[in-house]
Amino acid sequence: MAIDTKPAMLPPSTVSSPPPIEVDVAPEEVGASEANRARGMRREVRRQLGGARLGDLFALVGAVTASLSTTWAVTTQIMPVTGSLGPFLIAFALFVAFYTLLLSFTEPTPIVRDRVASVVVHSLAIIVVLTLIFVVAFTIFRGLEALRFPNFFVQDMSLAGPLDPLSAGGIVHAIVGSLIQITIALVITIPLGILTALYLNEMPGRFASFVRTVVEAMSALPSIVAGLFIYATAILILGLEKSGFAAALAISVMMLPIMIRASDVVIRMVPSTLKEGAIGLGAGQWRTVWHVVLPTSRSGLATAIILATARGIGETSPVLLTSGFTAAMNLDPLRGPMVSLPLAVFQFVKSPEPTMIARGFGAAAVLMLLVLLLFAGARWLGGRTIEKQDRARHRRERALASVVAAIASIGRAVRHIGRRAVPVLRAAHVAGARVARAINGLWVVLSQRVRQALGYRSPEMPPTESIDPSTSLSLAAGEQT
Amino acid sequence: MSTETRLTLRTARARPDRIFRGLALGAGISVLAIMLLVGFFLAIRATDALGTAGWSFFTEQAWEPDAGRFGIAAIIFGTVLIAVVAIAVAVPLASACALYITQYAPQRVRSTLISLVDLMAAIPSIVFGLWGFFWLQGEVVPVARWISQNFGFIPFLTVEGADPSDPLAPTTVFTSSTFIAGLVVAMMITPIITSIMREVFDQAPVGEREGALALGATRWSMIRAVVLPFGRAGMIGGSMLGLGRALGETIAVYIIISPVFVMQPRILENGAISVSSLIALRYGEATEFGLSALMAAGLTLFLMTLVVNFAASLIVARSRSGVSS
Repeated sequence: MAIDTKPAMLPPSTVSSPPPIEVDVAPEEVGASEANRARGMRREVRRQLGGARLGDLFALVGAVTASLSTTWAVTTQIMPVTGSLGPFLIAFALFVAFYTLLLSFTEPTPIVRDRVASVVVHSLAIIVVLTLIFVVAFTIFRGLEALRFPNFFVQDMSLAGPLDPLSAGGIVHAIVGSLIQITIALVITIPLGILTALYLNEMPGRFASFVRTVVEAMSALPSIVAGLFIYATAILILGLEKSGFAAALAISVMMLPIMIRASDVVIRMVPSTLKEGAIGLGAGQWRTVWHVVLPTSRSGLATAIILATARGIGETSPVLLTSGFTAAMNLDPLRGPMVSLPLAVFQFVKSPEPTMIARGFGAAAVLMLLVLLLFAGARWLGGRTIEKQDRARHRRERALASVVAAIASIGRAVRHIGRRAVPVLRAAHVAGARVARAINGLWVVLSQRVRQALGYRSPEMPPTESIDPSTSLSLAAGEQT
Repeated sequence: MSTETRLTLRTARARPDRIFRGLALGAGISVLAIMLLVGFFLAIRATDALGTAGWSFFTEQAWEPDAGRFGIAAIIFGTVLIAVVAIAVAVPLASACALYITQYAPQRVRSTLISLVDLMAAIPSIVFGLWGFFWLQGEVVPVARWISQNFGFIPFLTVEGADPSDPLAPTTVFTSSTFIAGLVVAMMITPIITSIMREVFDQAPVGEREGALALGATRWSMIRAVVLPFGRAGMIGGSMLGLGRALGETIAVYIIISPVFVMQPRILENGAISVSSLIALRYGEATEFGLSALMAAGLTLFLMTLVVNFAASLIVARSRSGVSS
């Protein structure tokens, strides 16, 4: 394929037209530039290429305007369509067409292609991300109607019928059921999954690679077929009831391949130098695994487990076939039907009643939040490599140091202000004392005058002439005691 | 010089090591046993129905096992149709998303975008089903009507029973269609395809990319000349993995479609079917023979996804190893 290049002779304005090129600096190059620096060479600064021009903005605005007006004409006059999705799609297609047309007036073909491709890639990526956010937000928003009622989290549906308002009944039975089922599934899959992953890595051979192939094949197993398998074996042949345990088995069959493949990848990442170091120190295989392999891959294994849990907890179809449905709380996984969150959502939204649909969305929102929580936990654990932990520690120390510095500087500032303020305060204090003395003296004088006027004379009162403000203050205090 | 006799080294393992190896081997064997059991059990139970139906199992469209007339022609057709719609929508979206993440996005938003896409893969299918049934369906119906009115001359886009001259006609002929189910499944498989394509695009050699740019290529022509040819196998493999997922999707499809048991190629029209939703629909009232027939359908689906997945992982693996050579 021929590479489109810019024509050699371009008007000066178009020379700067390609969008800024982000040069991804590969690790070797970083090393090289550091080596250069070490040799005392000037470090190269990335050159800013291109940028936006006014003409680009005009083309964009013009295309948007033209597309909106043409969309109006098309969707209302020529080929009428209702709703919001249709006009949006038409507007987008027209926008791309107009943008191409506008650019082709001024730009050479390779640049037109580049711009149009860039616009299309950007908008499709935005559509995907917005759809994801919309799906999550839509579920939670529609679920809020039911989530507002606190009884939704503490009651089950045994006493609430489809016609009852949302203030009766809840999904606690489904939450508890989900937790019980996923716990049983994890008890089965974690040891089996991690041991198998260890087997694949620690005892490689023809049999191990056969196991790996079969596991890979089983990850193609549709989840409903896993449910059908448990339904046909455990329930129809072995005579197990439709119960939480059967559902947990079905979830386990589905989660096992996911868990094994994820842990296999993580354990394979353990550097062989570490393992050889342990063996060189005389550790046996088990000690190497326990003290080197598992601790090294701990955060990766935790991520694998959490991601498998998120998949397992959201599975509806295997549970649909194996757990049965009940509206009441059931804590016994071995006996009686036990409902889980996705199954409860499924049953709720099959009803035509708006309150039941609201409950379905409420349960879906709870499920969604649970998955988000698990996912956030996985990201947090997965991001905790040793370097990152180190960096986080440094950051914490730096933050602590800056907090200490801030406190110290606040202290200095206070002391500084204090030093400035001391004379002011002292002056204020003196002035205040004077004012107080004056008022007091006035008061004493006035009251004596009043008493004299009334003809009353206190024997303890010193003669009026002898009172001066400085003694009157202590006198007043003495009077009070 | 004396010739040294070759030493034979025997490994005598300590007891903890022996216990560990035994446990690990046991785990490997039991996992293998479970997996093989699933496969063999499905196959054995399915032979009952397959033996009765014979080759007509692959040509018959109706699904009435107890009347002796059943086959998966219509069901497989419906499954593939939904998956094809899903792939047709998901692959452009996923390619653009992967290209954006690897080639266009600033370094800062890249990791956020990657975890958003991964999160999208972890959203339970029932949530997508609710979204599809309660929101997307209402939005898609006018679009479907518009397409069928204006492009109805294309055979698979026509809708029988729709009256283009009556604007107030009921829209029920446009609901619960293959198209809507396909759109929802597309949203579910987009993240899987995106993450595989992203990995492959990321491995495009930096030297060649920068060489193209240095020769004066625009970013898009660099992508077309370096990134896309380099990642072509990965794109195909990723799309096939997505296809495998789309074939097996159950609950979102089950919520949306209204089942039909004839080959119905008009994707905008009410009525669709897939193997997994058939199983979810019929397992409850199935007799033992009916269950066997369902097993046969499940086995067929499993074999299809198996072939698709193996081919996909083969293609992806080859594309990666082909890079270094």
